[in-house]
Parts: sequence; structure tokens; C-alpha cells
Amino acid sequence: MNRIAETWLDIGAEADIPLRGARVVRAPIGDIAVFKAADGTLFALRDRCPHKGGPLSQGIVHGHAVTCPLHNWVISLETGEAQGADHGCTPKIPLRVENGRVLLDAAAIARLGAPQSDASAA
Amino acid sequence: MAPGRALEKLFELDPGASGGSGTYSVTIFNAEPRVNYDRIMLSPVLSGEKSYEEIVIHGDGWYIRNGVTLYKGVRVTAIDRVAKTVTGTGGITVPYDDLIVATGSVPFILPVPGANLPGVVTYRDLDDVHAMMVAAKAGGRAVVIGGGLLGLEAAAGLQAQGMTVTVLHLMPHLMERQLDPAAGYLLQRELERRGIAVRCQANTQAIEGEGRVSGVRLDDGTLIPADLVVMAVGIRPNAGLAREAGLAVNRGIVVGPDMRSSDPSIFALGECAEAEGQVFGLVAPLYEMANVVAARLSGDETAVFKPAVTATKLKVTGIDLYSAGDFAEAKDREEIVLRDPTAGLYRRLVLRDNRVIGAVMYGDTSDGAWFFDLIRRGTDISGMRQTLIFGQGYQGGQALDPLATVAALPDDAEICGCNGVCKGTIIQKIDELGLTTLDGVRAHTKASASCGSCTGLVENLLRLRLGEGYNPAAVQPMCGCTDLGHDELRRLIRAKRLKSIPAVMQELGWKTSCGCAKCRPALNYYLVCDWPGEYADDQQSRFINERVHANIQKDGTFSVVPRMWGGLTSAKELRAIADVVDKFAIPTVKVTGGQRIDMLGVRKEDLPAVWADLNAAGMISGAAYAKGLRTVKTCVGSDWCRFGTQDSTGLGVRLEKFMWGSWTPAKLKMAVSGCPRNCAEATCKDIGVICVDSGYEIHFAGAAGLDIKGTEILGHAGTEDEAVEIIAALTQLYREQGHYLERIYKWAKRVGIPAIKAAIIEDPARRRALFERFVLSQRYAQVDPWAERVNGREAHEFAAMAELRLPQAAE
Ligand code: SRM
Ligand SMILES: Cc1cc2nc3c(=O)[nH]c(=O)nc-3n(C[C@H](O)[C@H](O)[C@H](O)COP(=O)(O)OP(=O)(O)OC[C@H]3O[C@@H](n4cnc5c(N)ncnc54)[C@H](O)[C@@H]3O)c2cc1C
Ligand code: SF4
Ligand code: FES
Repeated sequence: MNRIAETWLDIGAEADIPLRGARVVRAPIGDIAVFKAADGTLFALRDRCPHKGGPLSQGIVHGHAVTCPLHNWVISLETGEAQGADHGCTPKIPLRVENGRVLLDAAAIARLGAPQSDASAA
Repeated sequence: MAPGRALEKLFELDPGASGGSGTYSVTIFNAEPRVNYDRIMLSPVLSGEKSYEEIVIHGDGWYIRNGVTLYKGVRVTAIDRVAKTVTGTGGITVPYDDLIVATGSVPFILPVPGANLPGVVTYRDLDDVHAMMVAAKAGGRAVVIGGGLLGLEAAAGLQAQGMTVTVLHLMPHLMERQLDPAAGYLLQRELERRGIAVRCQANTQAIEGEGRVSGVRLDDGTLIPADLVVMAVGIRPNAGLAREAGLAVNRGIVVGPDMRSSDPSIFALGECAEAEGQVFGLVAPLYEMANVVAARLSGDETAVFKPAVTATKLKVTGIDLYSAGDFAEAKDREEIVLRDPTAGLYRRLVLRDNRVIGAVMYGDTSDGAWFFDLIRRGTDISGMRQTLIFGQGYQGGQALDPLATVAALPDDAEICGCNGVCKGTIIQKIDELGLTTLDGVRAHTKASASCGSCTGLVENLLRLRLGEGYNPAAVQPMCGCTDLGHDELRRLIRAKRLKSIPAVMQELGWKTSCGCAKCRPALNYYLVCDWPGEYADDQQSRFINERVHANIQKDGTFSVVPRMWGGLTSAKELRAIADVVDKFAIPTVKVTGGQRIDMLGVRKEDLPAVWADLNAAGMISGAAYAKGLRTVKTCVGSDWCRFGTQDSTGLGVRLEKFMWGSWTPAKLKMAVSGCPRNCAEATCKDIGVICVDSGYEIHFAGAAGLDIKGTEILGHAGTEDEAVEIIAALTQLYREQGHYLERIYKWAKRVGIPAIKAAIIEDPARRRALFERFVLSQRYAQVDPWAERVNGREAHEFAAMAELRLPQAAE
């Protein structure tokens, strides 16, 4: 194992995520939503709507955006920003695909957590 | 693109030519591994405003229908003019009688060190766009070398994809071929305002990077960091193949006015061709060439190609820039310039001998067509020189009325530059074919079907011909992704037999790549309704509740409501519910307003197991989430009640068992009361029945939610069977006519109660047909979604993809 591989967490196969859909990845800091847009592009965001915490993974994916299932805010998958008149942002998590496997940036996930999170201990 | 147009024209001129067995047997070699698509729309694909599917010109079906053999991804490597054959990669050799060489252009690559590093791309085809989109996924910085039309479109697209973009331009200002310094400055300011950095007089010395590009070095030593470099510094005709075959090649393949090269059985067409010493980089002249090639192939020996002036438009959303004709500085030329820096407006006309030979407009391009027409005609403008620059609206004291502007254009004024369509042709088609919509004009004339910059003009022509009859605003478009309203859309889905969401979006010109949260669920419903048994429900176009068959709650958990037919339950069902509540520690159990039981606060991953237990006790989904049949409330009726006139409970159960599973435009709630005391509250439901001594009064169009409204009486039924037939027929009419999310009372208000009565009550044949269509659709609809999911369907919905434990930092 090399160090670089260790900072990217394998969460499963690209094919496990439905096109124009999402899957949830459970993490100590809360759920992460992994989306696959119609063009096949993958995105990962914290699974909490900046409005009232709705689970974005449950929304309808269109273009590079998702509509929150609770009150229809539209969130950009590229930036995590609310679109249109709404304001707010949910953190984006760097993601890459390698040989059909989806990898998330562990450091970025760790940064999402509270300051005294597990990752900074030890 | 040009040969595709030539073939279309050929098959039109000589209908016998297509179909394989016709005059011609056509083979196409395309080095790109795909069908003919609209290259000029690559920029909207890059920016995410369109998808590739939306810019395909000839889908695979076109080749099949016309008997054209297409070799995708096969590059022609040699032309043998003696044997009259061409050979492609993979050794495919095909003989020809007539050969068309249409190899387009190749992008020019700056001969600097590092130009071939990974991460350096050109901008010519879909593969380039994909490469850019992939690079843009990681965010990062892009440098675009070249501040011409192509470079700026690439820059805007990459920025839309989330990259930080710098444009490097060798000349002192952007688009120097079309703009003077002042207009170039306005454009630069606008781009900078959008966050795109622009550096003019930037001379690239090297592209740096180890194994992959990391920056661009300028000759003044500056290093601009870059994760992606796009070279858009120009194109040159792709004439190598022709040169090797011994054809006369200058800058491009030399052709005569008949488009034939130095070998009379070989045509050259498109950007690779050189005619009258000129080469071309815009589609309008290429389509003209294509017409000549088609005419010649169909035996017309008089068709000739004559280069004409061209117009271009920068396709960056929100920036209006139009230029036409010739701008080169020369002694014999004069200029008229209009500037309004605060409004960001700029116009420049280049004149020679009192004739306009070039025009540039920035900010407001509405007079583009008029100036272009003056250029093409060589009109003497001495008489209007004072007011010329203000545009057509100011000539002859006319009011500034856009309709008057198009009305004043002569019939042969070109409206659509890309496709060379004149005003006269459009007017003629509008009149002849009774066209009333923009889509109609696009379909029948191609006007406004390419880059779309003439859409406003085409709409004004429609207004001119139809007056009040053309009012696009009267129809509320379904959403921002289309101009079509619900009715028109439903009509077109049936007329064109569109059976999938991509087909609808492709055929009806959707403006977004895959719709939005408004149109996708609507389209999915319309397709489910119109093509029972044929259309496969698109889960990803359903709102979460309908996708997982439970109602999402504010904390992300779900509620589960099983059917209790007509409000009846039993000890067995109640026991099963109690067991499920215990087993899964469901926090709240509530009797709903719809005569059944709601279990609230179920975790998503528990849903399949909860349903399995409920299924085992004979219960199915109550569809408490569905735009479909919800509940049928009943009262006790003649079975028990001293006033009951008919078996209201029995009819309610029968209706619910017959109609469950059906999808409707909005939710559908029913009730059956055993007498006019109306304990089931049937007179405020979507459909209600009041039992009376003589039979059944059928009510509909009530509301008791956001609006309160008593029902209307639809009619009277003498028997239960008749009541069921009327109710099912009414539901089917609503299914076929309702707009998505339109409750029955709103639909009835829109189409009128008399029209509904006429269809259901006064026309027994129509009622029967509606009833039968409902029955047919139920054949495919009555599948319990819970049972399907218990058996593993959409299992990914209910399980997390992974559980992460973060790595420990120290080692
Ligand atoms: C559970 C229930 C309340 C209760 O505890 O009794 C309920 C719960 C909800 N209703 Fe209702 N309605 C319930 C009976 C009603 C009734 C009474 C009835 O059906 O007799 C009405 C008035 C009649 C009507 O439908 O117009 C009613 C009018 C609404 C409306 C307003 C609809 C309208 O067009 O005016 C909404 C909002 C909507 O649909 O957009 C709504 C929406 C909702 C939603 C689905 C809100 C939402 O979108 O998430 C609630 C879901 C909670 C859940 O997870 O179960 N609910 N809702 C009732 C379930 C009935 C059932 O067994 O299926
Ligand atoms: C991003 C972009 C935006 C543009 N915007 C506009 C615009 O707004 N307005 C406008 O008028 N024009 C615009 N253009 C220019 C326009 O697209 C071209 O003028 C037009 O596509 C040229 O058509 P063509 O048929 O000559 O060549 P192409 O469309 O380039 O087709 C040539 C084809 O031949 C193939 N080929 C080459 N060599 C071989 C071989 N040996 N064997 C087999 N196949 C081969 C190539 O792969 C290519 O598919 C734009 C171009 C680009 C790239
Ligand atoms: S009335 Fe209906 S929608 Fe409103 S809070 Fe109650 S259950 Fe929810
Ligand atoms: S919680 Fe997402 S829109 Fe309200």
C-alpha cells in the first residue's frame, strides 16, 4: 500500500450508483451522498441540504444539480451551492474514479467533522 | 456536417436516390466514431446547456432509412483514382463512381515545446469536449490560448464547468478579426466581470509540465499555472489525403464553381475546399456548397457555388455579439461607429462607395439581419446615412417596432444564416402548412434550428402572419427546459409516438441535458399513461416518495401506510401492524384522515423488511404518497346503518380493488356514502358517490385541501356496474387530459363540466372506450410495489453504498 492510496477511500464500484441517481455512504461525521449525473459524472456532497438538512441523496438529479426532496431547493452538484434565489452551501467532497472504483478523499471527509473528530486523534 | 447536408438535399431532389436500391448506393467514412452531429453546438454541450443527444443531426435511424452505410471511426487512408476506390483504416476498400471529400479542418497547434503534453487539447470535436469536461471535473485552472470565437466559447464553457479560466491572446484585443479595439475592450470587460481572466499581447513561449501540463510560459517570462490548456489559435483545411491522391491543393482542395476538384469525379466540400481562392470556416457557405454538390449529383449541370458574405455570432449565453462581412482596414473604406459605454452598446459599420460591406454589433444585435441584408444586396445607403447606424427602426420615421422591422424586410432577406433560409420561404411555409409554432417552422424550414440566433426574427414572422393567433406566452411552458405547454406536449407524445424521456427531449428540443425536477416527473407520468405496458417507468424521474413507495418525513425517515380496503380492517391486519411496530421500534402509529393506519418514523433501510411482514399478512401499499389512487373512504351503509340505501362499504371496497395502482395526474381520493347524510364526506372528494334509493349519484371535482369546494354532479347510475364504469371512464378521461399535478377540480374547471358530461354521460360509446382503456392500463399497473421491492427490486435504494471508518492519521 502506498500513502496516496491510503488517503482515498474506496466506497464501491462506479456501476453501483444508478444514472441520474444517488447512493448514501455512511461516515462517522454523517451521511455522504454520491451522485451520478446523466452524463455519467460523479459527485459527492454531504447529504444535508443547506436549507433544513433534507437528505439530498433522495432528491431528483437533473443536469449537474439535485432538487432537495423536502422543499425543492436546487443544489449544484459541482459546488454544493444552492441555486437561484436560495442561499446556502453544503460541503463538496473530492472524488475520483479509478478502474471503475469510486474513491473519496479521506482528508476532506475528516475535515467535515467536528474539530475533535476521530481522524485528528491518535 | 457539409456532406450530411448534401445527402439530405440529394435525397430531397431525387427521392429515388436513397434507400440502397436507388440511384445511389452511399457509403460514408467518418474518422470520428459517431454519427453526423452539429459541430457548432459543441459549445453549449461544453457549458452543460445541451447534451450530445440534443445536437445529433442524423441519428442511426437516418442512415438505415436512407440505405446509407456508415463506417464510424474509420479514417480513409488512401484514394486510388485509377481504380476508383477508397481505403480506410482496417483495410476496408470501397469502389466509387463519385467521391466527395469533406474532411473539414484540423486545428492549428502552436509549435512550442510541451505542445504535446497530456492536458493540452484542441477544440474541434466531441472528443475534445469530453476531454475538457473530464479535466474540468477536478476543478482547477484552464488556460485557453486564442481569443477568437472558438477560444472564447471554450473559455465560457470551461468556466461554466467550474474551472478558473485565463484566456491568452496574441493580439492587442480580443476577436481582432471582427472587432475594433473599443468593442474588444467591451467584450473583455464583460468576460472579466464574469470571472474569466484575459491577457492580450500574450505570446506563448512554452507549455510546461512533467508528464502532464502544469503551466504556460509567456515570452516575458510569466508562468501561468494550468491543469488544462486549450489551443484555439486557428484552423487549416485538412487537405493531406487529397494532396497525396494528387488532387490540386492550394490552401485547400481547389474546386471550380461546380465543386469538382481537379479530378471531375471527385468533389471537395466544406472547410477542406478552396473556391475562388477562399477557404471557409462557417457553415452557411458550406451548406451552399452542399446544395451545389447535391444538384450536380442529381444531374443539374447549371448549379454553381459563389462565395457570399457571411455573418457570425458568439455563442456565449448572455453576450450578444454579431458580425457580418468584411472589416479589413483599407484606404477606400469609411466607418460609422456608435458607442454607448454605460449601456455596453457598440456598433460599427464599414462602408465602401456608400455601401455597407461590414457590420459589428455588441450588446444589441437586433438589427443584424437588416444590416446583413444591406451588405448582401449592396444597397446604396446615401439617402439614410445620417440615421443608418441606429438601425432599421429609425429609417423613414417609422416607429421602433420589431414587427415593422421584419415586415419591411424583402422576401429574399436571409433570416437564418446557418441554413440559408429567406423570409419568403418561411412565410410561404407558415401559410401553406398552417404552421403556428416555432417548432413547426424549425421542422419544415430548418430556420432557427442550428445556432438559434435568429429565433427572435422567426417568432416575429410568426406574429406577423398569425397576429393574435401566435401568442407563445399564452401557453405556459411546462418548465424552463421547454417552450411547450402540457397540452401541446401530450399531443406531440401521442402524435410522434414518443415512448421514452430521451426521445421526448430529443424530438421536442429540450433545452437542458436531462430536464429538471419539474418536467421529468411530468414526462414520466405522461408516458406511463399513454403507453401502458410499453413504457418502462423511470425511477430516477420520480419524486422520492413514489420512488421508494413511502412518504419522506422531515427527519429523513419514512411513513408506511398499508391499504385498508374501503376503511375495513381485521384482527389479523391489526395484529400484523402491531407486530411490525414492535419489531422495528416504530415511534408513532396514527389513524389517518383517510380511514387507515400510518406508521411514522421508519428507517429507510428497514422499509423492505417492514413491507415483507405486512405483505405476509395480506396487506399492500396504500400509495399514500402517489399521484395516483389514494383512499376510498366509505361509511357503513346498508349493511348496518338504519338509513343506508345501498352497500356503500361494498362499493367502496370494489372501487378500491379495481382502481388501486393507477397513476393519475395528481392524487385521486374517493368516497362512497350510503345516503345523503354523507358520513364518508363524499361531496368534497375528487370523485364521490352518494347512494340513493334509485341507485348511485356520481359526484366529482370536489376539494377540501388548499381549496374548499363542493362536488359537481356528473350523473346517475342505476346499478353498481354502471357506477363503476362511469367512475373508471371519468378517471381515464382525467388521466388523458389532466396536466401533471392538476387535481380533478382544476382540470374540470379548465376543460369545462359540460365537456366532461358530454364524454362520459351522453356518449356511451366513448364512455365504454375510455373504460376499456382504463382496464387495459390496470393490467400493467396492479403490481404491489412493496412486494416487488421485498423481492429485491431497486435494492440499492435501501442500502448504504459503504460504511466508512476514517483512517487513523498516525502510523
Ligand atoms: C397522513 C395524513 C394526515 C393524517 O394523519 O390523517 C396526511 C398526510 C399528508 N398529507 Fe394530506 N394527509 C391525509 C389526509 C388528507 C386529507 C383528508 C382526506 O384524504 O380525506 C386532505 C384533504 C383532501 C384533499 O386531498 O384535498 C389532505 C390534503 C393534503 C394536501 C392538499 C391537497 C390539495 O390539492 O389541496 C396536501 C399537499 C399536496 O398534496 O400537495 C397533502 C399532503 C400530505 C403529505 C403527503 C405531505 C407531504 O407531501 O409529505 C402528508 C404526508 C404525511 C405522511 O407521511 O403520512 N395533504 N390530506 C392523511 C393520510 C390519508 C391517507 O390515509 O392516505
Ligand atoms: C466549437 C465550434 C464552434 C463553431 N461554431 C460555429 C458557429 O457558431 N457558426 C458557424 O457557422 N460555424 C461554426 N463552427 C464551424 C463549423 O462547425 C464548421 O465550419 C463545419 O463543421 C465544417 O463542416 P465540414 O463538413 O466541412 O467539416 P467537419 O464538420 O469538420 O467534418 C469533417 C469530418 O471529416 C472527418 N475526417 C477527416 N479526415 C477524414 C478521413 N481521412 N477519413 C474519414 N473521415 C475524416 C472528421 O473526423 C470530421 O468528422 C464551429 C466549429 C467549432 C469546432
Ligand atoms: S395538514 Fe397534512 S400536510 Fe399539513 S402538517 Fe398535517 S399532515 Fe402535514
Ligand atoms: S431541507 Fe432541502 S429544501 Fe428544505
